[in-house]
Amino acid sequence: MAEVIAAVLMTAGTVFFIAGTVGLLRFPDIYCRLHALTKADGLGLALIALGTALLAGSAGAVFRIALIWFFVAVASATCSHLVARHARQTGTEVQHG
Amino acid sequence: MADPLMIFDILLALSIVALATASLSVRDQFTMIVLFIIFGLLSALAWVRLSAPDVALAEAAIGTGVTGALLLKTLHHLRFVSGSRNRQPMTGVAPLPPVPLGVTLANAAFCGLITLGLAAGFLGAPAAGPGFDMLVAEAMPTSGVAHPVTGVLLNFRAYDTLMEVVVLLAAVVAVWQIERGLSEAPAPVMGVVWQGFARLALPAIVVVGTYLLWGGAEAPGGAFQGGAVLAAMGLLLLLTRAYVPQPGHRGIARWAFVLGTGVFALVALLVAGGGRVAFEYPLEHAKTLILLIEGMVTISIAVTLAALFHGREPVALTTGGRHDT
Repeated sequence: MAEVIAAVLMTAGTVFFIAGTVGLLRFPDIYCRLHALTKADGLGLALIALGTALLAGSAGAVFRIALIWFFVAVASATCSHLVARHARQTGTEVQHG
Repeated sequence: MADPLMIFDILLALSIVALATASLSVRDQFTMIVLFIIFGLLSALAWVRLSAPDVALAEAAIGTGVTGALLLKTLHHLRFVSGSRNRQPMTGVAPLPPVPLGVTLANAAFCGLITLGLAAGFLGAPAAGPGFDMLVAEAMPTSGVAHPVTGVLLNFRAYDTLMEVVVLLAAVVAVWQIERGLSEAPAPVMGVVWQGFARLALPAIVVVGTYLLWGGAEAPGGAFQGGAVLAAMGLLLLLTRAYVPQPGHRGIARWAFVLGTGVFALVALLVAGGGRVAFEYPLEHAKTLILLIEGMVTISIAVTLAALFHGREPVALTTGGRHDT
């Protein structure tokens, strides 16, 4: 049962990653792309981490997966903030239409 | 129906080759570096698939993380201080002359020779033989540690590992010697979110780096991986300006650079005698000695990589020039 739930969670996570990547490729400017990438990937990562944690054998492994999720989430949020900040400061325009 | 993992492996291998080709063929240097970093991450994944987590950790930490940071720092330096992309000419710094064609050709020749040597070594190796697995497994009880990779690196072929540490030492000596005339690139101001992230990440990096070092005795990890992760701490400290290198710190830095090589060589020589040769640790002290060496080597690797990222010997900068004392 746990394996089925884990598979569903990880599949859903992968769908979010694919959606984020499509957004990265299709959206018009850097701000929209960051918006698509960080939001979708953040949720995708959480779902995949949850799925992996269900299959993890020990409490230690679950704890490590939780730590990995936390630090990847914080790092990716910080990175996109830095990218957006740099784009704004160097005068990258928001694309309309 | 093919094995799904086989399909994954083939896709992974194709992506790695494609990324390598792309990173060599794009013209924009920033794109080139980003592609190289992705190439490193996928290579680390390939090492995982080859059941070599130690190499994967080293590739991810050193080959991708630290090397990527070094490349980006170099690009920043090229754009803002020296070279043809001089946007903000610094006082007293002439743009560097272009690299002579002879130097480029010599570099190409040496790289070609190394590639040929690697190819000869690879093709000359016995194909699909048993390797050294059996020999290592038999000798493990005499190594003093439980993890075969650490046993090989720090005991059975410790001489090679010592040389790897010496290479790193030579690199930082060379950088401190030649990069004297250049001014510092203006440090980018990264903002409060970044500062908060650094405050959160710093203690975690210390724990992870030490864990990698300590766990290396019985699980994948070790001095190089731990050292690279701890070097990331140095990078964070330098980037947040929490630590600004001062000329007075050069002495401590020099000691930290040679600590690993020095302790490694001393231990190797001191265990010799009484029927033993150099690097032949007495069994009852083997684990202690290996941990001592690994600990000191980790410190050296971390400080050296961070110093390479900083890029030049800290000198007292006076207005419009430099002041070497």
